[in-house]
Amino acid sequence: MSIFITKDTTFIIQGITGREAVNLTRENLDYGAKIVGGVTPGRRGRDVYGVPVYDSVKQIAEAHGTPDGSIVSVPPRFTRDAVFEALENGIKLIVVVTENIPRGQVAQMVELAELRGARIIGPNCLGIISPDEAKMGGMGGPAANTRQAYTKGPIGVMSRSGGMTTEIASTLTAAGLGQSTCVSIGGDAIVGTTYAELMPYFEADSETKAIAIYSEPGGRMEAELAEWVKVNDSRLPIVAFMAGRFMDEMKGMRFGHAGTIVEGKEDTTSEKIERMEAAGISVAERIEEIPDLLRKRMAEAN
Amino acid sequence: MRFYEYESKALFRRHGMPLGEGHVVNSNAEARAAAEAIGGPVVIKSQVLSGGRMKAGAVQFADTPDEAAEKYDFVLPIEVGGEKARSVLIEAKSPVAHEYFVSVTWDGRRKLPVLLFSDMGGIDIEEVAETHPEHLSRTHFSTILPISERIAKEAISSVGVSGGDLNRLVPIVYKLMQVFLQYDLTLAEINPVAKLEDGSFIVLDGHVDLEAEARGEHKKLLVELGIGEDETRLARPPTEFELEGARLNAVDHRGVAGNVVEFDGNLGLIIGAGGGSLTLFDAVRKHGGKPANYCEIGGNPSVGKACNLTKLILGKPGVEKIAVMMNVVSNTRVDIVARGVIKGCLEAGKDPSKVITIFRIPGAWEDEGFKILEKYGVEYCDRSVSMYEAAGRAVAKL
Repeated sequence: MSIFITKDTTFIIQGITGREAVNLTRENLDYGAKIVGGVTPGRRGRDVYGVPVYDSVKQIAEAHGTPDGSIVSVPPRFTRDAVFEALENGIKLIVVVTENIPRGQVAQMVELAELRGARIIGPNCLGIISPDEAKMGGMGGPAANTRQAYTKGPIGVMSRSGGMTTEIASTLTAAGLGQSTCVSIGGDAIVGTTYAELMPYFEADSETKAIAIYSEPGGRMEAELAEWVKVNDSRLPIVAFMAGRFMDEMKGMRFGHAGTIVEGKEDTTSEKIERMEAAGISVAERIEEIPDLLRKRMAEAN
Repeated sequence: MRFYEYESKALFRRHGMPLGEGHVVNSNAEARAAAEAIGGPVVIKSQVLSGGRMKAGAVQFADTPDEAAEKYDFVLPIEVGGEKARSVLIEAKSPVAHEYFVSVTWDGRRKLPVLLFSDMGGIDIEEVAETHPEHLSRTHFSTILPISERIAKEAISSVGVSGGDLNRLVPIVYKLMQVFLQYDLTLAEINPVAKLEDGSFIVLDGHVDLEAEARGEHKKLLVELGIGEDETRLARPPTEFELEGARLNAVDHRGVAGNVVEFDGNLGLIIGAGGGSLTLFDAVRKHGGKPANYCEIGGNPSVGKACNLTKLILGKPGVEKIAVMMNVVSNTRVDIVARGVIKGCLEAGKDPSKVITIFRIPGAWEDEGFKILEKYGVEYCDRSVSMYEAAGRAVAKL
């Protein structure tokens, strides 16, 4: 099983003729994705690796029926409108890969998505992959590289860093632990879907037996996750890796993702680790400890 | 990026919020003239970005122009949180009857703006939140439905403020919400907004933070407020090394290679972007290594960009060796980075096999990359060596 996407999920790419989107199209098609169309205003009638290009989402919906999802890969200035276009045409799953969108605009996208009963992953993310099913986004890069890092199995992965999602999956794969679904949620201060919001999906997925997360300083996402785990008495053991511990000593400096600005005590890595451990989440010191910790926790859960 | 108090107030004034007479001054003579113009008791406030001015003694009062000049000289040299005054603000001292707190910021969990209001203003609001939670209201509001005075009214009245005070506060709070949304702020705060003895209301102190990503969209405002393009307003001003990193990033649009932060260690780092760099920086330190810099490279930079970045880091005094490390990459080509860093070493007049302690970038085009590294005798590894181990090998070579 998987969450969000399967072999049969149809999706489109908004901004498909852009340089990065062209690569995404190739990589996703090679991994088996069912991409039914792409949008670039003014480019109707062209194609990208055989995927027909349209001027609007509406045209695609008329020609092929409403697709299940959309990858939005357009410049920051146009991203909000592109997401609104997808939502107003009935698309229920939107992966926003674009970065550097002011959070006011992200909040608007998320609010409309909630009103329309849709889900946004990202922005500033690499999307979703369910190994051997499909991927939707840039996770893992070219299909051959993706197959090397990601394999099918029992571990759900969620991460604020796209690159670290692949690193963790690769480490799990090398240790013989495959993944059910991996979600790169994005590193911004406001994201469409948080760790805690992903939990019910993993919880309901019979294939997922445990979760690995990559975490960073900044934001309240770990606090929210810890609370969720406690309140819902989650069946899933969770192992977290916390990066950026050095930032506890460097208040106010800005590193990495926009969300990693240490703004207060509750955002420090030590505070987050404490909170997660109190909720029964194991925190690994190093990436390579994650597989053993997961195995141990899964054995305890049985 | 944070605005000084006088800049925040200039923004508030444009939106019709009530403010007393005030002058930004840069000498004791100007301070005296400002106090004369105001013609009564004044407040002398150091303009710094960090909080805690009052405790540091950088806010003073004066009854006469001469005293104002004296207090200017007293306030100016005081460092607040290690920060020197940009200038000094002289304002009319108002007879305050009561102080309120109002702030708008983002709630990342609810993904909505949140309006905070308290009738216990003028003091540390975190303390109020802990000790008198019933005196602090939290009101979320929509970013797509039109905002209105109703929201302000609910926020204010829910801590028990009523009558004429409620009706006079509503427009001030509503305008702060508008300013917050209109300028892509991450924080808009007035503490305190004061009720004066005559029953009128006035903004006594306030500050705003503009979202860095939205800076380009508000260029006009920044020019009008006199905020320079080179003002980063970070915790400390950028060093020449950091500015050079930004410059060489700007000449080539391909990939990222310039978000550099300088430290005083001896190991130069070229360590990927985002999460991977946080992980590797931790790993180097855990092995006892002393990073000379934090550096992001990613998004498939060109050979030229990787080369220039390598030269910049190797050129930094005290840097003996560099480590080139990333997590498993998706869209960055390993061979291009390898070519770039080797070219950078050679152009800096160094032997790549001696100055590159380790090259750990697994992923796309790695076989091609490894061939190049082999040719120059550079130690490299694939994904079977963890990020932590790779950092250890780098530190061991120093």
